Amino acid sequence: MNWITNYVRPRINSIFSRRETPENLWQKCDDCGTMLFHRELSENLNVCTNCGHHMGITPRERFLALFDGGVFSQVTVPEPVSDPLSFRDQKKYPDRMKAAQKMTGEPEAMLVATGEIGRTPIVAAAQDFSFMGGSMGMYVGNAIIAAAEEAVRLKRPLILFSAAGGARMQEGILSLMQMPRTTVAVQMLKEADLPYIVVLTHPTTGGVTASYAMLGDVQIAEPNALICFAGPRVIEQTIREKLPEGFQRAEYLLDHGMLDRVTPRTELRDELITITRMLLGMPPAVKGDLPKPDMAEPAPAEPETPAKE
Amino acid sequence: MTQYLDFEKPLAEIEGKAEELRALARQNAEMDVEAEATALDAKADKMLRDLYKDLTPWRKCQVARHPERPHCQDYIAALFSEYTPLAGDRNFADDHAVMGGLARFNDRPVMVIGHEKGNDTKSRIERNFGMARPEGYRKAVRLMEMASRFGLPVITLVDTPGAYPGKGAEERGQSEAIARATETCLQIGVPLVSVIIGEGGSGGAVAFATANRVAMLEHSVYSVISPEGCASILWKDAEKMREAAEALRLTAQDLKQLGVIDRIIKEPLGGAHRGKSATIDSVGQAIDAMLTELDGKDRAALISDRRRKFLNMGNKGLAA
Repeated sequence: MNWITNYVRPRINSIFSRRETPENLWQKCDDCGTMLFHRELSENLNVCTNCGHHMGITPRERFLALFDGGVFSQVTVPEPVSDPLSFRDQKKYPDRMKAAQKMTGEPEAMLVATGEIGRTPIVAAAQDFSFMGGSMGMYVGNAIIAAAEEAVRLKRPLILFSAAGGARMQEGILSLMQMPRTTVAVQMLKEADLPYIVVLTHPTTGGVTASYAMLGDVQIAEPNALICFAGPRVIEQTIREKLPEGFQRAEYLLDHGMLDRVTPRTELRDELITITRMLLGMPPAVKGDLPKPDMAEPAPAEPETPAKE
Repeated sequence: MTQYLDFEKPLAEIEGKAEELRALARQNAEMDVEAEATALDAKADKMLRDLYKDLTPWRKCQVARHPERPHCQDYIAALFSEYTPLAGDRNFADDHAVMGGLARFNDRPVMVIGHEKGNDTKSRIERNFGMARPEGYRKAVRLMEMASRFGLPVITLVDTPGAYPGKGAEERGQSEAIARATETCLQIGVPLVSVIIGEGGSGGAVAFATANRVAMLEHSVYSVISPEGCASILWKDAEKMREAAEALRLTAQDLKQLGVIDRIIKEPLGGAHRGKSATIDSVGQAIDAMLTELDGKDRAALISDRRRKFLNMGNKGLAA
């Protein structure tokens, strides 16, 4: 540290990177390039108000918008052994972890919560693509198992939002073993006759797609999400031909029978409420604002235990 | 003569020299080369021992991929009788990268399923180098479910670089097919034992190896990603595969320590391809032993054992 780093460099940087607007207030749409005001963008769940492009959203942001009144409680995930292989590539795995934790403010790549959506009790799990590409390691496996166990215990459906580049290479074979482990979690839900709904978001690829993300009772994807086992670049290198427009995107998968629905993020909450309530045999959700107290009719009673039986 | 791997080059020279001497002697009866040739043999033998005493992970990958390594069809031919191949996924096609069917193992009827890589250019292309498409996994699902209905143990032989990354494979749901195969492995109410005989490549291997008991040949590998793939992603340089192979802990020895596999099957000196029938015999004994361990367990116990095994996996790391 000397005066050059402390003083000169910031000044030089400020001259060269002078922006017309303060940082963070405006964000450019990755797709159409429109400058979007941050407040408007986050109110629209990080979907471009101009072109409808879906940008990344963290699990916490998603849950705040998903659950009634933004209220949810987090489910504790059992901590796995950290850095089981003492893995080191160009960086040490623990250093990569620390950097990701610092950047995201989250301990790992998945958040599990319980709460209500449209007065429908659910368990939700969401993968965080901004945390080391959402990669599936032992923690993510533990999170999905914890989510399934909680759903079974509370007799609630599980809604899972996937987003990942695949397995976490730094955990080697143990990341691969999350494929069977998470499949066991899905089986627990099925045996308890509880709905398991997967929302595939951009991108969901590799071992994640080849396990829990493809085993939902209902498979929904966000528009234009990349969903695949092998990525387009790998395939192009293997078969040495150009891939068709829209290949491995949500709409393409819908056409090929791999998904039930493609639903914009802004309509997702209502759709999830509708589907879960039907699968659980509950009456339709009353939509819109509650009527004023003096003219209120009694709302349809809700069963105390929402699950079947 | 066997095909030598790059690290076996010095060995190839010595063995070549010995062979050359003997060839000369055959042409010229007066020459006595036996003493010299025997000395070379001894030297080669020692070198082979030294080379294979402590193979690096990358060298193990090379041995696991050796073209002359015994393949699924060699095991089936030698260890099983009345092998009756069953074909097709009943939806789209029969995938030749996956072979399987009814057979008898020590007279006991079983279902055997495995990846087959092929052993010459023609058969390798036909087998797609052991890289299965969705049809292959769906055929395996069909066979496993049939086995479960009729109470036949399932034996899987894993040897695949990975699931095939192709356009049609993706369109027909490669990931869903793998996920269903893993799910089926976990659901069937019969003993499921698996042997990784060569390469255990990622999801394509898991789809068959989510078993009650998993064994690995001494120099086979089992990994989340190929060392080359890992190197190109994490090192941004596919040539760093040696480092990646080291870091991934993909050897049978590491996997045993991690509790991912249950047993290691010894290979003859110099790898399975230098002693095919001995290797096949050892694999047969391991399958027999694993099936015996599962004898007497009912459907529920087999399913819950399998589940518990995978749920508990990863509780311990490698000793530093």
